[in-house]
Amino acid sequence: MIEFAGLPPLAQATALVGVVFLQAVALYVGYGILERVASPLIDRVTSASA
Amino acid sequence: MELLGLSPALLALFVSFGFAVGVLFGFFGMGGSFLITPTLLILGYPAPVAIGSGLAFYFGTSVIAVLKHYDVGQVDYRLGALLFVVLSIGIELGSRLVFGLEALGIAGLVTGVAYVVLLAGIGLLFLRRAYRLEDAEDDDDEVSDEEIPPVARKIQSYEVPPMLSLTSGGRASLWTILGSGGGVGLISGLIGVGGGFIRMPAIYYLIGTPLTAAVGTSLFAGLFSGAFGTFTYGMSGGVDLAVVSLLLVGSALGARIGSAATAIVEEDDVIVYFGIMMVLASAGIGLSELANWLGTGALDVLSVVLLVGSSFAVASIILYQVLVSAEGAETDTQSATDSKG
Repeated sequence: MIEFAGLPPLAQATALVGVVFLQAVALYVGYGILERVASPLIDRVTSASA
Repeated sequence: MELLGLSPALLALFVSFGFAVGVLFGFFGMGGSFLITPTLLILGYPAPVAIGSGLAFYFGTSVIAVLKHYDVGQVDYRLGALLFVVLSIGIELGSRLVFGLEALGIAGLVTGVAYVVLLAGIGLLFLRRAYRLEDAEDDDDEVSDEEIPPVARKIQSYEVPPMLSLTSGGRASLWTILGSGGGVGLISGLIGVGGGFIRMPAIYYLIGTPLTAAVGTSLFAGLFSGAFGTFTYGMSGGVDLAVVSLLLVGSALGARIGSAATAIVEEDDVIVYFGIMMVLASAGIGLSELANWLGTGALDVLSVVLLVGSSFAVASIILYQVLVSAEGAETDTQSATDSKG
């Protein structure tokens, strides 16, 4: 995935914490945007099919 | 064909299992890492990797929880900072114990047995709560969020110096904080759980802060101790980043849905299933340990089915109830519109 093997243990562990943190933030923001975009679309499709 | 060093089946399993765990976490506010670590153990990951990855997953979900509740309510920052230090020391000691046990070749066994006891205990507590809910006619025994429980007041009455002032106004002995925080940290480091389900009650019942402050302070201390746990296991290569990432992809979505479901589905209606799930998960880990002891892999599939399958089943029940409630609401709106017309 992301290659940390060449780094010293301290840098490996710090990078790991950073990657997990950034991934969590990106997922939170990404799914938030998706929710905002998808909700009106789903409502529109539902009301059109009703 | 492999992606991220995992087969497509494992890849799908981790994302979907992360989703199910996320739904449970979002709905019940617990059920994160303590389902992940035993599953990784049953799937054959070494104990340090299963524990380290469980802690890294917990850290990721904590970041999301803090972002979601950036206004984490009342936080006793001084207590939170002190707890972070003590929790970190406990995690460090727990992780050293794990690597020592691993050298003796019994880390998997000790962790497995600890999980059997832990999950069965939590499961039985939830089943007891569900049984009591059936009997209860009213909610007169609800406590105020600002109240300090009698047991905490009793502990605070033993003034063993040095005493620390809490933001909520009370005072707690430093030794109570060291003991409860260190104990929770040791368990976290030893079996790879975030420890929110024991940290928050420890702050509330042992240290003695109001419930709102206990939740906020627990979240604050948990975020940093989760980062420290990830760092500690990461130093020795004990975190599988691919597994953690896949689980987070599923759980971040599941947690949103689970959290939204709390507005639609009553927790009391599904709490009994959560209790049964915990007991089944405990049985699954017990079977896996039995299979290891007997030297046969015959029970491994059954173990995974019990542990992972029960989580999927409870998450599905919650989602099904959401769909039923949504359909019911839609039918009501339709009939109201028809009757007006």
